[in-house]
Amino acid sequence: MRNIDKIVNDMAKARGAVVVDSVICKGCGLCVEACPTNTLQLAAEVNDKGYNYSYMAAPELCIGCANCGAVCPDSCIAVYRAKA
Amino acid sequence: MIDTVNPIIAPENLIYAKSEVLLDNIMHYCPGCSHGVVNKLIAEVIEDMGIQQTTIGIAPVGCAVFAYNYLDIDWQEASHGRAPAVATGVKRLLPDTFVFSYQGDGDLAAIGTAETIHACNRGENIVMVFVNNGIYGMTGGQMAPTTLPGMQSSTCPFGREASRDGHPLKITELLAQLPGTSYVTRQAVHTAASVRKTKKALRLAFENQKLNKGTSVIEVVATCSSGWKMTPVQANKWMEENMFAYYPLGDMKNE
Ligand SMILES: Cc1ncc(C[n+]2csc(CCOP(=O)(O)OP(=O)(O)O)c2C)c(N)n1
Ligand code: SF4
Ligand code: SF4
Ligand code: SF4
Repeated sequence: MRNIDKIVNDMAKARGAVVVDSVICKGCGLCVEACPTNTLQLAAEVNDKGYNYSYMAAPELCIGCANCGAVCPDSCIAVYRAKA
Repeated sequence: MIDTVNPIIAPENLIYAKSEVLLDNIMHYCPGCSHGVVNKLIAEVIEDMGIQQTTIGIAPVGCAVFAYNYLDIDWQEASHGRAPAVATGVKRLLPDTFVFSYQGDGDLAAIGTAETIHACNRGENIVMVFVNNGIYGMTGGQMAPTTLPGMQSSTCPFGREASRDGHPLKITELLAQLPGTSYVTRQAVHTAASVRKTKKALRLAFENQKLNKGTSVIEVVATCSSGWKMTPVQANKWMEENMFAYYPLGDMKNE
């Protein structure tokens, strides 16, 4: 278990973040493959449709490049990038 | 939830989200299907150009038959292969609109070959989007004219053999020879970089239509992971290793 201080500390380093619509996600894994920083993973749990949805497994690594959003066929990723 | 405490997730930091031209209907395409990416890119181009009210799509028969449920524009459904003919009629009647056809390889390069070639030869002022996944996706992965030599499908389970099944048809190369086409290109959507290039190609095609330049053909070499019986990630890899050799990416014509 990572403690909350570590998470908040790591978060300060992140330059980007994504929000995946886990209801719509079909767990195709293309975003995981397209992410250059290994931020994303498919969850062990499934959504209502039975898909292992994508999520930020390592939020501190996200650089906000939007590669994941670009390749997602179902437009379920919103990408945020912190202003420098 | 970690997401809710992430300070980067704030409206002013939003740099990429679902296009406003896309409806909220969940796409029926299989997980990882290239059609979803191409549908989305067309929506983004329409949004960027501000032409939502004046764009008319011609939907095919094939897996993209329901594209009209996803893009919030006017649509006309065409029977199998006839999209370029229907697009011709729509564009000639409504010359101030943007008209594009959207077709798979079975639709565009098999049953609709005549319509495809003659629309391009007449130089109809339309955009033709051609999603080439090498098989008939919707009906269960049968061999198409575009199926690669040696590629397995439900109707050539031991692989396509040219002596029996004919040769894969490079119809886009053929269309580039016709004087009616002004922009003919082959792209893909398997990586973020290729997605961005395809979006640029689509944008150029719609801009060409504004300038009455004739027919623009955008082929997208695509996957059908269900028909190919692979995961979406494997299908992209297989496409890179096999499809691109036969269907090389790049512009064939840009006048
Ligand atoms: C006149 C007619 N013939 C045959 C069919 C059956 N049919 C439906 S979709 C399809 C093939 C579609 O393949 P493709 O154009 O490659 O599109 P994909 O599903 O792969 O995107 C066929 C043969 C039909 N609907 N209408
Ligand atoms: S924005 Fe870039 S770094 Fe962040 S999750 Fe998406 S692909 Fe990975
Ligand atoms: S690309 Fe989209 S649909 Fe596929 S796993 Fe990622 S978020 Fe889900
Ligand atoms: S059958 Fe193939 S082309 Fe049709 S939705 Fe599924 S993956 Fe896409």
